[in-house]
Amino acid sequence: MPTTAVPAVEGWFTISGEPCLLGTRCTTCGTVFFPKASGFCRNPECRGREFDDIELSRTGKVWSYTDAQYQPPPPYIPPSETHEPFALAAVELAEEQVVILGQVAKGFGVDDLSVGATVELVVEPLYEIDGVEHLIYRWKPVGS
Amino acid sequence: MTAPASVAVLGVGMHAWGKWGRPFHEYGVTAALAALDDAGVSWGDVQFVAGGETVRNGYPGYVAASTITQALGWNGARVASCYAACASGVTALDAARSRILAGLCDVALVVGADTTPKGFLAPVAGERWDDPDWLRFRLLGATNPTYFALYARRRMDLYGATDADFAKVKVKNAKHGLHNPNARYRKEVTEEEVLASPMVADPLRLLEICATSDGAAAVVLTSMDYARKHATSPVRIRAVSTVTPRFPNTVTEMPNFATDSAAALAPPELTFRDSIAAGAYEEAGIGPDELSLAEVYDLSTALELDWYENIGLCKPGEAEKLLIDGDTTIGGRIPVNPSGGLACFGEAVPAQAIAQVCEIAWQLRGQAEGRQVEGANAGITVNQGLFGHGSSVLLTT
Repeated sequence: MPTTAVPAVEGWFTISGEPCLLGTRCTTCGTVFFPKASGFCRNPECRGREFDDIELSRTGKVWSYTDAQYQPPPPYIPPSETHEPFALAAVELAEEQVVILGQVAKGFGVDDLSVGATVELVVEPLYEIDGVEHLIYRWKPVGS
Repeated sequence: MTAPASVAVLGVGMHAWGKWGRPFHEYGVTAALAALDDAGVSWGDVQFVAGGETVRNGYPGYVAASTITQALGWNGARVASCYAACASGVTALDAARSRILAGLCDVALVVGADTTPKGFLAPVAGERWDDPDWLRFRLLGATNPTYFALYARRRMDLYGATDADFAKVKVKNAKHGLHNPNARYRKEVTEEEVLASPMVADPLRLLEICATSDGAAAVVLTSMDYARKHATSPVRIRAVSTVTPRFPNTVTEMPNFATDSAAALAPPELTFRDSIAAGAYEEAGIGPDELSLAEVYDLSTALELDWYENIGLCKPGEAEKLLIDGDTTIGGRIPVNPSGGLACFGEAVPAQAIAQVCEIAWQLRGQAEGRQVEGANAGITVNQGLFGHGSSVLLTT
């Protein structure tokens, strides 16, 4: 059994309580960035250079979805010896007006999804290295 | 802005697509020599060589133009190697065209060649935590077909497209490419066979996603003055578009995790994919109604249908009807991918956008044996690559 759990990537999402994605918002124009932006705002009409760290909305609506019936190539790290197909969804966050791609929560497939359906953010194990569980954000269908 | 002067496509050539297991530059030399012979131009007369880079073959691939120039025998030509993902070949083409239009040279060779591994295209090795193309595999297991499938699923949920509609694209393209000597797959398939092939990324099946191939394509571009001394009526390039997206790009694009946010600035009128061909139409002063044919980047069956709408052949949601009515089949109103497209070729990244130009040139000359679009006098190519790249070339007789 893994003794510790860490995010698979640093600074992209929180892992305790109700998890959420971490982004930045330009203090000049209000444009939101995920993953976090730094340095310069990418809005061509804005010269902003400062950003607030923000937590993104925990729920959104499915923009589109698919699955991976074949094992992806490296640097994907297979979590098990035989490939278990998993679903992916691109999810639109209304307030931030951004679409974010993620895997879909374990146990859910394309039959559980449709364009416009509501999903919420969860954090689940992605792979394990040397007894350390590496966690990733995922989209979980809400309700039936 | 007035329409720019034309440059001539004096020669075109390819190395057949397949899985040949040879160094990429060997294919490039074969294609280059074929294009030079087709043009009736000797290698020593080439003043500029532009190459599409391949990232899979180490430094020789990064400096593709000089690698192929050296293989042909150093001749002192100036070189440029261009990387723009799937649009690399046309970025090279545009460099050559610009030099000719600027009066800096008369004769240029444009060449792209690749040798590819089996299976999914994957990023080059090594850990790169600041590279979205590496991260999408590590964190999401998101392959290229993942993104193609997102677009396909949206056609189904928004427009009511069906598995059978998508399969019909493959059936059409397989028939088109049947007699194309440079195509890798020359075999008719039925709708049932497509639908019986294994699901890769729902709703896309194995026979609906383009393979990765070895292959090469080359074009000899010249000034119109030079061309008139060598050919009676050379095919002309009227416009080249290599536009980037406009912020905010609100479509999920490979290899990104997220779209731009539209929270502060409204999205542009045209999506990125719409803007690629629009750039060529605007530059040439020629519209989609004047086209005889189109070569579009059918990375998947469903994506070909998206392109019909992106290049203005029909309104959003009407592509399935255009296909089923036979409009985009050879003999129809506006044949799409008479070459057989990526469905019959598989993708050889730095060569593919040049191959699209080769096909239009053969069609406009009336030399597309077994797949000729009768009376073709104007054609467009269009493609899209990673990292905000895309290309479109508009050619006429």
